[in-house]
Amino acid sequence: MRFAPHTDGDVREMLAALGLQTLDQLFDQIPPSVRLNRPLDIPAGVSEMEILADLQALAARNRSADDLVCFAGAGAYDHYVPSVVWALAGRSEFYTSYTPYQAELSQGVLQALFEYQSMICELTGLEVSNASLYDGATALAEAVNLALSSPGRGRVLVSSAVDTRYVETLRTYGRGAGYEPELFEAEDGRGGKPEVAPDVACVVVQHPNRYGNLEPARELFGAAHTGGARAIQVFDPLSLGVLAPPGDLRADIAVAEGHVLGNHLNFGGPYLGVIATRLDDVRRLPGRIVGETVDVDGKTGYVLTLQAREQHIRREKATSNICTNQTLMAIAATVYLGWLGPEGLVELGRQCAAKASYAAERLTEIPGVEPLFPGAPFFKEFALRLPEPAAQVVDALVDRGFLAGVPLPDADGQALLVAVTERRTRAEIDALASAMREVLS
Amino acid sequence: MTGAPVRAQGPSIGTGTLKDLSRPGRRASSFRALDVPGTEVPEDLARRGRAELPEVAERDLVTHFTRLSQLNYGVDTGVYPLGSCTMKYNPKVAETAASLPGFERVHPLQPERTVQGALELLWRLERALCEITGMARATLQPPAGACGELTGLLTMRAHHTKAGNPRRRVAIPDSAHGTNPASARLAGYEALRVPSDARGLVDVSALERLIDEDVAGLMLTNPNTLGLFEEEIERITGAIHGVGGLVYYDGANLNAILGRCRPGDMGFDIVHINTHKTFATPHGGGGPGAGPVGVTESLVPFLPSPMVERSEDGTFRLDYDRPESIGRMHGFYGNFGVLVRAYAYVFLHGADGLKEVGERAVLNANYLASLVKSVFPLEHPSGRPMHEFVSTAKPIRDATGIRAMDIAKRVIDLGFHPSTVYFPLVVEEAMMVEPTETETKETLEALAAAMLQAASEAETDPDLLHEAPVTTPVRRLDEARAARHLKLRW
Repeated sequence: MRFAPHTDGDVREMLAALGLQTLDQLFDQIPPSVRLNRPLDIPAGVSEMEILADLQALAARNRSADDLVCFAGAGAYDHYVPSVVWALAGRSEFYTSYTPYQAELSQGVLQALFEYQSMICELTGLEVSNASLYDGATALAEAVNLALSSPGRGRVLVSSAVDTRYVETLRTYGRGAGYEPELFEAEDGRGGKPEVAPDVACVVVQHPNRYGNLEPARELFGAAHTGGARAIQVFDPLSLGVLAPPGDLRADIAVAEGHVLGNHLNFGGPYLGVIATRLDDVRRLPGRIVGETVDVDGKTGYVLTLQAREQHIRREKATSNICTNQTLMAIAATVYLGWLGPEGLVELGRQCAAKASYAAERLTEIPGVEPLFPGAPFFKEFALRLPEPAAQVVDALVDRGFLAGVPLPDADGQALLVAVTERRTRAEIDALASAMREVLS
Repeated sequence: MTGAPVRAQGPSIGTGTLKDLSRPGRRASSFRALDVPGTEVPEDLARRGRAELPEVAERDLVTHFTRLSQLNYGVDTGVYPLGSCTMKYNPKVAETAASLPGFERVHPLQPERTVQGALELLWRLERALCEITGMARATLQPPAGACGELTGLLTMRAHHTKAGNPRRRVAIPDSAHGTNPASARLAGYEALRVPSDARGLVDVSALERLIDEDVAGLMLTNPNTLGLFEEEIERITGAIHGVGGLVYYDGANLNAILGRCRPGDMGFDIVHINTHKTFATPHGGGGPGAGPVGVTESLVPFLPSPMVERSEDGTFRLDYDRPESIGRMHGFYGNFGVLVRAYAYVFLHGADGLKEVGERAVLNANYLASLVKSVFPLEHPSGRPMHEFVSTAKPIRDATGIRAMDIAKRVIDLGFHPSTVYFPLVVEEAMMVEPTETETKETLEALAAAMLQAASEAETDPDLLHEAPVTTPVRRLDEARAARHLKLRW
């Protein structure tokens, strides 16, 4: 199967116009010593029906959240994606377009991103958002780079209750940026006492955190500010119908994994990196930013703005190297937030919180199953201590039709993180509790 | 053809933002009735006042975003000849495949035995990409090309650090994409600017004089950013290796040489691929991308963690036991959904089809160049362009004052998306044109005719170009005002 439309006659005529006889002559300038004088060792091309059959066979060897009842979370969640989201974000004028450099031909993407930025600001209570980053973990790395722009402040304090994958990502980015994230211990799964010395650039707190627990965010951010450092919050966008937004908690920079806003699980990507901050830091923000302006006739329109921050203008002095971002995911998030509306956001948050609370009650009725952090408040996700290795329990529950959660490294591998979204029903939660009881008995 | 290639259809009501459509009490979302007892979050952490998202009906969403889509140009609209962007046709079967529930509805932290198909797909794709580039192993984790650059440079850094000295500088040609120096800085390196010679190729003698044992490596595209093949590539990679450096291949222009020659055979040590360029994964208006990075054998230990491995029993697993790894470049395994599409593209084409892709891309670029170069001269006429060519509108500017951007805007009124302009930065009045292999001969001829018409009008009716575009939903926008009077949200 090929997509180049040339007929043999086309090729002949085009070569003739160039004064050439063969296609090989187009490549004469490649030195013979570096040419590949054999076919690539890749199977010959196939028809569309064959490639689709191949991919369907691969897909069939995955269990999906359609056939396993999904209580897995830890940064990726089985929230409902309404039909309207991809009916619109999936329009090919959006998904087959390039970065909107020619603004007159790109008003659709540009306006959608302006609306995305607006809704992220509404959601977070912060003043500016960019047009997206890769995912939650890399958004945190970018937020830390922003915080490191303060002279004399080169240290990065991170709560031990921040997602371990995010911390690993920071550690990698820090190899180039010249920092090593320093963990401060969360006591009993939340809180802790960051020592914010004058050389600390930022304090990173995830709220709700990697155990699902709510953090004493105001106190932690207060400690950061007392020490003159920026407070960075990793947040859950779908918690913000019920939880106070990062701006109200006095976070300076808020980052999130935004896939929960209308994007699918996708085995971990493409996801959506959300970043919002205060207006003071707008010129230090990484990535694309869309601004409203007018055209020569005074008509409202949208452009990429503040491009003097970016790699294609500033090169090695840019605020980031990001070029391609996750625009399509941001457009999906915009449609989704429009679908949700203010009341939907509240209702979704309440449903998640109520169902998680109910699930925690039911599961801790099982003999030997206890909360990992008794009494800690949580939102849609909570950590359990099991009487057996969590990975084995999860594995056994797959055979009963459940993705029961994500094993945590804590408690010698006997801790399980359980997430409950608005999709789950009381019957599914009861069924999980019964199945886990059987597996553990 | 005349008239803008994008124009909104339908009634003109509701042409503002989604917020303008908002009415108190309207709503699109619905939920099943809550069937468990309600709870309250602790008062000090509860939200006070609601988030003022728009209140709209589903019908409003549909008309609004359908209208926005109609204001936008995509590959599905027509030819998209942005140089260095490789905006080729995106096969629909790849979309069908990526939306299978067995890919789209899979959680990244499921037990490995429940994701064997996904892991095998990644494993097979990695091997195909290594074969195409001549590398030993590849990570598929970087979610875009620029992240791939950082991954490759951190790998370079890890290699030198292990040898005792991370070194200080990375050599980058003056024509390079801005991500190269930006990535180098993020990896803790200073950019060392390498000049081009009169042919538009790396000035190899200057390079040899510039480099020493403080240089960690060189970043290079080949064909280079001017669309020309670096014929002295072996001397270049040899010079860098001679000072103990590594050579990084920026895969921006890999499309041209598919199946003909491989970065590994030219002496490159690290390669990134932009899947949206070479393997036609849709660019999504700016993303998502994917930026796999391949390396030679000795650099494999430094690649990000986890890697997909095949066990002796034929099952696939994620290997986290990589003590020398640079770590993690993404929260999970990268843009898996994009990689599914790249897999579909690679194996649909196969070895023969991929070679044909490169041939037809180079044929189309050369043919289009032959049609316009009398008016838009090639910046470096001595070299044969590969998949793209860089012309200049300098003669037109000198004669009429009309600039490359004016030509581009007039081409819009004539019904086409224009080429890249003002890049590479080292070329005055640059017009960088990359038609890709998926355009017909007739389309190339029509695009050439539009470019030539615009050039001719520069002399006969320059106001047409100064005023252009006039047929688009908005006309030239005031970018300075946007930056001065920041309005970044409603």
